[in-house]
Amino acid sequence: MSNFDNSLKEKHRQWQISVESKLDKHPEAKSSYATDAGIPIARLYTPLDLTGDYEEQLGFPGEYPFTRGIQPTMYRGRLWTMRQYAGFGSAQETNERFKYLLSLGQTGLSVAFDLPTQIGYDSDHPFAMGEVGKVGVAIDSLEDMETLLDGIPLDKVSTSMTINAPAGILLAMYIAVAEKNGIEPSKLRGTIQNDILKEYIARGTYIFPPEPSMRLITDIFAYCSEHVPNWNTISISGYHIREAGSTAVQEVAFTLANAIAYVQAAIDAGLEVDQVAPRLSFFFNAHLNFFEEIAKFRSARRVWAKIMKERFQAKNPKSMMLRFHTQTAGCTLTAQQPDVNILRVAFQALSAVLGGTQSLHTNSKDEALALPSEEAVTIALRTQQVIGYEIGVTDTVDPLGGSYFIEKLTDDIEAKVWEYLNKIEEKGGAVKAISEGYQQKEIHSSAYQYQKAVESGEKVVIGVNKFQVEEAPPSGLLRVNPKVMDEQKAKLAALRRSRDNTKVESSLAQLRSAAKTGENLMPYILTAVKSYATIGEITGVLKDVFGEYQQRVSL
Amino acid sequence: MGKPIRVLVAKVGLDGHDRGAKVVAQALKDAGMEVIYTGLRQTPEQVVETALQEDVQVIGISTLSGAHLYLIPPVARLLKEKNASDILLLSGGIIPEEDHAALKEAGVAAIFGPGTSTEDIIAFINNNVS
Repeated sequence: MSNFDNSLKEKHRQWQISVESKLDKHPEAKSSYATDAGIPIARLYTPLDLTGDYEEQLGFPGEYPFTRGIQPTMYRGRLWTMRQYAGFGSAQETNERFKYLLSLGQTGLSVAFDLPTQIGYDSDHPFAMGEVGKVGVAIDSLEDMETLLDGIPLDKVSTSMTINAPAGILLAMYIAVAEKNGIEPSKLRGTIQNDILKEYIARGTYIFPPEPSMRLITDIFAYCSEHVPNWNTISISGYHIREAGSTAVQEVAFTLANAIAYVQAAIDAGLEVDQVAPRLSFFFNAHLNFFEEIAKFRSARRVWAKIMKERFQAKNPKSMMLRFHTQTAGCTLTAQQPDVNILRVAFQALSAVLGGTQSLHTNSKDEALALPSEEAVTIALRTQQVIGYEIGVTDTVDPLGGSYFIEKLTDDIEAKVWEYLNKIEEKGGAVKAISEGYQQKEIHSSAYQYQKAVESGEKVVIGVNKFQVEEAPPSGLLRVNPKVMDEQKAKLAALRRSRDNTKVESSLAQLRSAAKTGENLMPYILTAVKSYATIGEITGVLKDVFGEYQQRVSL
Repeated sequence: MGKPIRVLVAKVGLDGHDRGAKVVAQALKDAGMEVIYTGLRQTPEQVVETALQEDVQVIGISTLSGAHLYLIPPVARLLKEKNASDILLLSGGIIPEEDHAALKEAGVAAIFGPGTSTEDIIAFINNNVS
């Protein structure tokens, strides 16, 4: 340690003593301070906290280890993609909402599907009762997808689809619609979530057991690397892990552990790491603890770069770049005094931008109550536009880099993420750990602690445990037209009559026999989709061959 | 001290949001109740069957997907058919105010929305289970 450091250390010590001697008279609000993940926060950070080598730990944006960002110019070159997740009711209604969002200046689409679509049930299945068109748009066949994307320039807009177990089916539909419009698959840009492991951990829209699910995912990797090279083949998601109650550290650790499992599965399937890794994308949550969130994004980038370089021996720098989408934290929205949610969302969105996100969804103020209304979604998008165009935070790259506090937190989070990654490794990897319920239990325990902290008042939630007011029940909430289910059923019945059923049956039979071999299933799914086979029919064939996942119920 | 109250915490329909259900289940356990959690994707029939098998006094149904009007009244109806309407039926999750009357009409004793303290749920159960 240099003389400078020694002298600073001494001065810092004296300053601490002097502050502490006055705490009796001027006490601090709390006896100890910590981030939401429990990382202790000091009273003050100084150059003494910067222990690592600058080039090794931070480097330059666009260069390994990408701590400061994945692009050399970041938002000076191009702002993040403003991408609001939307979808409800029928394909027709959602198509109208998409056009409305694009007219407001949104730069990418993000499709929300209803639960039957996500779990592979047609709208006329008994389990779909009451769920059709509710949390997203109902898609049963290529016909619905044609309506959903009508008039959208698929060669210009990038589209993200939150679809997991049946991701290959929806991607095939997207490709089929594009081809019908004369657009080559190689021109398509977008993302499918396609992240089954977090469905087992936190989100719940699984269909098949892990092994065939991983095969479907690597089939998609291989197919896209050849035919749809600009498509993000997976969005490895911490968002839902966080929403289920995890801490920021668990969010990053469990997500990266899943990512390792996907890369390993691809390698085991015979793919090259640099063939697959550049198309992997990530999805994180922007929660309330402002600095912890910024540090979280920065440390996630650094850990991933190290994993790809050191563990998987990737050569292409693009394989080491953690590109991510962010959504503000739905679970922090309150039903009480919903206008306050606008402010929560704004701070969360700012943390994502300061953390270097590539795209962003800002939640609407009314989402603790219902699907967002047009008015609410407009404010949410405007929030991003204010951050992007008015307040100047985009003018330099990684503006908080070098903050003693941010750098220390980035280091602390990284260390804790490695601890978890090692633990999961010892258990035999993410898939094994999930089958033991390990991640699920860790998340549940964090969620319960959070709830207890809110109930004790230790964690303040404005409008819920502090500054409450009497308020009238909310009005102007969006309600999904209950006719959607009947209309969807009628459309399905008509489709089953009008399509060439011989073609449907033969495409499904071919899919069935391919599923029993090791062949890539994507071409078969594409043929089935083009014959207007429904999601339920295609999923049904795969269920026959693969079986269904049985949830491990753990408390 | 009497026997502990037995509670079934259930997720109906296709909804995967189980954070609230599990937190409530844990809080009820910590309050001394015996809690059974069903896991995801239960049908109304399965919920009632489990409730009867497990001999519970309370059923708490969590739903956040908007299908509550389709999935909760059938539970109440099946309980009546099986002469088990003495089981206290509660619900929680995201249920708009304007649907509360219909659910109460169907037999739901209380609806706990976002921001509810688990202590309120515990107190409600203790006050309403004889």
